[in-house]
Amino acid sequence: MQKLINYLVALGNPFAGFILHLGGVFNLFLEILSSIAYPLKKPALIIKEIYFSGVRSLVIIAISGWFVGMVLGLQGYNTLQRFGSVSMIGSLVALSLLRELGPVLTAILFASRAGSGITAEIGLMKATEQLDAMSVMAVSPIKRIVAPKFIGGIISVPILTCLFNTSGIFGGYFVSVLLLKLDNGIFWSQMSDSIALHEDIFNGIIKSFIFGIAVTLIAVYQGFIAKPTADGVSSATTRTVVSSALVVLALDFILTAWMF
Amino acid sequence: MKRLTIDFSVGIFVLIGICCLAFLSIKVATHTNLGSSDKDNYTVYAGFTNIGSLKVNAPVKVSGFVVGRVTNISLNPSTYQAITTLTINNHYLFSSDTSAQILTTGLLGEQYVALQSGADSAMLKNGDTISITSSAMVLEDLIGKFMTGSTSK
Repeated sequence: MQKLINYLVALGNPFAGFILHLGGVFNLFLEILSSIAYPLKKPALIIKEIYFSGVRSLVIIAISGWFVGMVLGLQGYNTLQRFGSVSMIGSLVALSLLRELGPVLTAILFASRAGSGITAEIGLMKATEQLDAMSVMAVSPIKRIVAPKFIGGIISVPILTCLFNTSGIFGGYFVSVLLLKLDNGIFWSQMSDSIALHEDIFNGIIKSFIFGIAVTLIAVYQGFIAKPTADGVSSATTRTVVSSALVVLALDFILTAWMF
Repeated sequence: MKRLTIDFSVGIFVLIGICCLAFLSIKVATHTNLGSSDKDNYTVYAGFTNIGSLKVNAPVKVSGFVVGRVTNISLNPSTYQAITTLTINNHYLFSSDTSAQILTTGLLGEQYVALQSGADSAMLKNGDTISITSSAMVLEDLIGKFMTGSTSK
């Protein structure tokens, strides 16, 4: 009998673990919300976080967007050419970037570029007992460390998504107009015919905003629950990237079903 | 890293974000030719016996030029006609005997409402109804007519 119970517990363990993590993330989210006034009174903290997570990611986001746009232009050209509708290439590039690829890829890149850094920083602060030292000095680590990182991430991700989309559209423009000699006017007019301001652009930004919340929350949470050893910090960093990517893709499916 | 450098680069970062958003909303998004406020536009109604696959937000065109949008489609429960609400820019006025037609861009393209102006000197006002309409051309109907037409010979 005991064997059977042990077996059932072991079977249910991953699910129970998932529920525990979900509860922990939500708890942390509420704690951050309740202490959000502190960093808003000290904007220098937020600006420093935007610098480290946003500004430092500018180049990788711009270059990846450019290449994604070029690939879309090239593949779109190859496929549309068979149906004689190469003129649709502008709307193909812009629609796929604005609705899906822009927000999702930016969030995943942000998780690996900035999210992993956030986890490692908090994990290491925990390992070197800096967080405990702060608590002893009556400075709440959530107010001082976590909340500014959270706000910085939420501000950075939508801006980076806009940059990704813009540079992707120029990548598509570069391939289809400058390399494949499609007409310049047709490219832009087809694009603007099929893109609606509210439905495509604003919904994409709302998506990226939600992804920003999810990714920074996961990064901060993983830093907090990391084992205070070198090994623990390294595996927490890995977990941040893996679970951010999974959560972003799953959330994207839900949001797409809900929005479009 | 000095405080000034950080502030400056974050400022540039935010500026880049604003420029990209402006580019996306001005250059990439659709220009509807509609005024931003309700005062700049007026609405007229047109009933069709079959609207095909006309959708809300489809363009209203005159001679191929976009003058407005289809803002609502509903069903009149007594006549079983589909009532389309056309929102048109105030700049463009049409005579009261204007006719409306649902056409398709290309063979399989998107459907839109085409207006053909009449000769009456009175103009369509806000809330008027366009009485002369012709429905969408449905490909299946055409094929059906063609089939029955050829077998009866």
